[in-house]
Amino acid sequence: MTVTEPTTEKREIGAARRRKEDQRLITGRTRWTDNIQLPGMLHVAMVRSPFAHARIVAIDTAEAEQAPNVVAVLTGAQVAGEQGGLITAWPVTPDQKTPDHPPIAVDRVTFAGEVVAVVVARSAAEARDAAELVDVEYDELPAVLTLEEAEQDTVHAHPDLGTNKSATWVLDSAQQGSGGDVDEAIEEARRNGVVIEREYRQQRLIPAFMEPRSFVCDPTGEQITLWSATQVPHIVRFALAATTGVPESKIRVIAPDVGGGFGGKLQITPEEWIVFLAARRLGRPVKYTETRSESLVSGHHGRDQVQRLTLAATKDGRVTGLKVELLADLGSYAALVGGGVPVLGAWMFNSIYKFDSYRFTTHNYYTNKTWVDAYRGAGRPEATYAIERLMTELAAELDVDPIEIREKNWIKHEEFPFTTVAGMTYDSGNYEAATAKAMELFGYDELREEQRRRRESNDAVQLGIGVSTFTEMCGLAPSRILGQLNYAAGGWEHADIRMLATGKVEVITGTSPHGQGHETAWSQIVADKLGVPFEDVEVLHGDTQISHRGMDTYGSRSLVVGAEAVVRAADKVIEKAKKIAAHMLEASEDDLEFRSGRLEVRGTDKGLTIQEVAMAAFHAHDLPDGAEPSIDGSATYDPDNFSFPHGTHLCAMEVDTETGATTMRKYVCVDDIGEIINPMIVEGQVHGGLVQGIAQALWEEAVYDDSGTLVTASFVDYTLPTAADTISFQTDHTTTPATYTSLGTKGVGEAGTIASTPAVVNAIVDAVRHLGVDDIVMPCTPERVYKAIRAGAGTGDATARDASALGGDAPRDASGQAHFSPGAEENADPGSTGSEGGQQ
Amino acid sequence: MARISVKVDGASYSDDVEPRMLLVHYLRERLGKVGTVVGCDTSNCGACTVHLDGRSVKSCNVLAVQADGHEVTTIEGISSGEELHPVQEAFRECHALQCGYCTPGMIMQAIDLLNENPSPSEEGIRHGLEGNLCRCTGYHNIVKAVQKAAGSDLEGAQQ
Amino acid sequence: MIPAQFDYAAPATVEEALSALASAGDDAKVIAGGQSLLPVLRMRLNAPSLVVDLSKIESLRGVRDDGDALVIGAMTTYQSILDDASVHEHLLLLVKAVETIADPQIRHRGTLGGALAHADPAGDVGATALALGAQFEITGSSGSRTVPADEFFQGLFETAVGEDELLTSIRFPKHTGWGAHYEKFVRVSHQWSIVAVAATVKAEGGTIQEARIGLTNMGDRPLRATSVEKALVGQQATEDAVRTAAASAAEGTDPPSDLNGDAEYRRSIVPVLTRRAVLAAAGG
Repeated sequence: MTVTEPTTEKREIGAARRRKEDQRLITGRTRWTDNIQLPGMLHVAMVRSPFAHARIVAIDTAEAEQAPNVVAVLTGAQVAGEQGGLITAWPVTPDQKTPDHPPIAVDRVTFAGEVVAVVVARSAAEARDAAELVDVEYDELPAVLTLEEAEQDTVHAHPDLGTNKSATWVLDSAQQGSGGDVDEAIEEARRNGVVIEREYRQQRLIPAFMEPRSFVCDPTGEQITLWSATQVPHIVRFALAATTGVPESKIRVIAPDVGGGFGGKLQITPEEWIVFLAARRLGRPVKYTETRSESLVSGHHGRDQVQRLTLAATKDGRVTGLKVELLADLGSYAALVGGGVPVLGAWMFNSIYKFDSYRFTTHNYYTNKTWVDAYRGAGRPEATYAIERLMTELAAELDVDPIEIREKNWIKHEEFPFTTVAGMTYDSGNYEAATAKAMELFGYDELREEQRRRRESNDAVQLGIGVSTFTEMCGLAPSRILGQLNYAAGGWEHADIRMLATGKVEVITGTSPHGQGHETAWSQIVADKLGVPFEDVEVLHGDTQISHRGMDTYGSRSLVVGAEAVVRAADKVIEKAKKIAAHMLEASEDDLEFRSGRLEVRGTDKGLTIQEVAMAAFHAHDLPDGAEPSIDGSATYDPDNFSFPHGTHLCAMEVDTETGATTMRKYVCVDDIGEIINPMIVEGQVHGGLVQGIAQALWEEAVYDDSGTLVTASFVDYTLPTAADTISFQTDHTTTPATYTSLGTKGVGEAGTIASTPAVVNAIVDAVRHLGVDDIVMPCTPERVYKAIRAGAGTGDATARDASALGGDAPRDASGQAHFSPGAEENADPGSTGSEGGQQ
Repeated sequence: MARISVKVDGASYSDDVEPRMLLVHYLRERLGKVGTVVGCDTSNCGACTVHLDGRSVKSCNVLAVQADGHEVTTIEGISSGEELHPVQEAFRECHALQCGYCTPGMIMQAIDLLNENPSPSEEGIRHGLEGNLCRCTGYHNIVKAVQKAAGSDLEGAQQ
Repeated sequence: MIPAQFDYAAPATVEEALSALASAGDDAKVIAGGQSLLPVLRMRLNAPSLVVDLSKIESLRGVRDDGDALVIGAMTTYQSILDDASVHEHLLLLVKAVETIADPQIRHRGTLGGALAHADPAGDVGATALALGAQFEITGSSGSRTVPADEFFQGLFETAVGEDELLTSIRFPKHTGWGAHYEKFVRVSHQWSIVAVAATVKAEGGTIQEARIGLTNMGDRPLRATSVEKALVGQQATEDAVRTAAASAAEGTDPPSDLNGDAEYRRSIVPVLTRRAVLAAAGG
């Protein structure tokens, strides 16, 4: 495609425009899926399995069917032929084992929380009442609940697969020619250098978007309309058509206002399929809105890896090899991205560094737990955590500052473009500049001095400094690479620009925002590209009847792929307008230039605004031969490469050595995300990302008991931080524009989450390293910190690990720990001994 | 069924409700006040925060029958015409929202907090919002917005 | 989620409430502020046939000065307690504990009597009532009786209140001039206490004359750290002296093990929290 080279004035790009989205959201005039009420609408309640693994012997629905206002009770066996199935888009190897995934379980349940029957009634309350009357007889089967059990492969999550292993996927620098042999490097380091061997645990997390998922399906029109609280309306539409046999053209998916996702709504879900099925069967609109507990139990989880790591270095701290062996828990099914999530980490373990050799292996396993898929960062936070913890351990081993060890190994700014040992070509970056700026903002030397004083005085509260220099790959993704990786779709994005007769502009984007502010940022871009007022641009999205082509929003792709499509559509508008304007101005097209919204004859004051040309195209009374009466532009853009934002994050943590409690003292980050469209939105993305990453380090973990019940099934026990648990951050930027994007942008959605987790854990370990601690399992609860300190002091052993947590989800004493877990008997009836119970 | 009379955002309503109906469901499903939303089952998230007789409560943790004879104010009742409440204005100005799901509850709680203490410290703001979860903003800009609103004229606005 | 169906009564007097309870047998639930009960009903962990709402009984609300004690109605909200000047003057420990409960919205609805009758061992007012030597007025059809705090709490979610009775008021001996601190240990601020220590101290010239200490979530009910209380008498309110006295804080406790920490961990940190609570209460 020829790109016109218009002189773009940057009036809007770079401005901290207040968001167009906000007026509705701050006044309550919102369009959440659960707000939708349709005539005759029915409501669905799910009957879910209490067992992690069981055969369904019988389901008695008679009593439920007789309950007031119940319209239907559906079981998997009844609808087996028509319910469709849930598919994974990424079988990572040709021989990947993938169990069938029916929306309603047919003969076997594979995790506690799986849907076994569905009640449809006239009200949500009546549906729930009747759901309690469905009687399911189960024959319990042995369940696989930890990665260690999965690896042993004696009990199987899916007996018919004959193994728990889904696939093993390898990237080897020696094999692919991007580096040396890692085993040789490790052998050499054992003889003459330093070898750091660690096992880290990426605990299971829950995305915990604030808006519970909700689906409404109206089958009464020519198209079946599904409103879905999803990040991916286009993918949902495609997958519904592909698995139910309903023609794609008969399905319309709408993502109205969507309340957060973080990857958690990057999914095709059983509940969506069930609502679609029930509406079609009954011929009436059907709604399902999950409760928070259902969301935590059945919405996909994130992370959940065991990382076995070997780092080889010379005695002066130059890294010569990195060997990564992962065990990844997929849960009981291969989700949409599924086995691809750990694979996405393959290119990131080497991060910003120049390593000689590298091998990455992931073994993906099924367990009888909730499925696992993308959660903010998806594969990259896990990789960044591992390498940033390892580089810090190497510095400690060699007794040098953690920044010094990074400096010794990172790619220097003059070395870009740089092809890494993993085979990825980084186009731009300046790690020195970001680090220098971060250290200055942080007051690095002063804090190190305070740390020294506290150590010397044996203060009960110790101070630690954590460093995290990260990079990530954004902009999923060049379709040819996705093809090589066996991914089932492309990575392009689409945009249309409609030039309305009255001079207003409609931008249709294939991205599907749910908090990111695309309406504002895309308006800024188009305002500058077409020279029209910001207010005159309307951004439309999230409805497959309006935005007919798209790949949706995830993986920090919207700006670097989606907005690039918008730019190219704008270029096409200008090209088409030029033809018509040349005719109207009686000038040659070559003599026209586009400046600030006007097509001008070079060297004269003759010209037309783009709006005037739009009106002329509308009239179509006098157009040049062969010109169509439209200056609308469309573009589908496929990126050439990923983009590589990076940054340096510094965190100071105080550790109360008497209780193990930790307090964040200061957090500074300097991110290089390339050119910035709206600095206000960017700051917001960074802040939110930081807290999610910090929460992995300190607070969050999805914990199962030894029968496979999720213990953290409410916000009482899945502990999200509040305003009172967090601090204000200092954020700043350095800028090296991306070379592959026309806007020079790199993407920012996941940066904070990726970088912050290791910064926090490095800081905590740094605070107590002198007490004999070199690791604390995440989340670093006060108990774990306390026990690590005691173990460090008692044994002098440098690896003071919390044995109960080494397996991460190895069942702990889970009795009575959840305030609202049905399993916690003493809480099941808080007032069991008197009628006063719950009188608070 | 129980008969209740409630004043919501200045208008009077009279309805028969099941005793088990939560106030938030009454607001959303019977009155169409869908600006107030539900985010959890355990009264942790605060997304459903409204004012009951002028003080903030979680409307998922109050029965509709308990609101009988009382006055409720929701996010839809705090601006006067086109003029936003200063806290709403501050949320937009400071980019204190992204997906916007927690925003109605967060704004209603922020108003209560400022009614209680018109010039809170950062710590006071953070503790005053501890019953409201947000997953997008990291709270940074929410705190800034409340600080900004505290500096603005709350006198002239409703509430 | 939506609770199962129930009938609802909102009586105007204690007598009417008692007869409503009697009519429903053991299948009734009393709702006070409802801040613990409603989540339980929504999760359908409990499905009473009748919910008796006490909110219309005006006599159960408010703080009354009764000479050497303050009498607080069972339906008095946390916020009313925080807003009451006499509680600040005479029962500083109660103020300190109530300030830490849940969040503002919950404090606007939740009631003192409701929480005490609920008797969640992780709740914050139980240990406080114990430390302050509260007396509980329990009313049944045959009249009222008074139960001291150390007999009121009988186990996990168990109190001396019978099925056909109501907790109507709590009488707190005044602790005028006593210093107080509630040391609450949580991972995130809106959590129930992992462990908490309620300490109120009478000190003169830096010497501790009397100390009362209650422990939250160190057993199936609120506990008193009597050995620490005894050891503190006559001690200077210094870091070292209080550390020594607080060392036995875990004696006689039987804390739970859960996601936030095992019993051993709770026992390890309770002396530290006790020391901090006492020092803060003594103004040290």
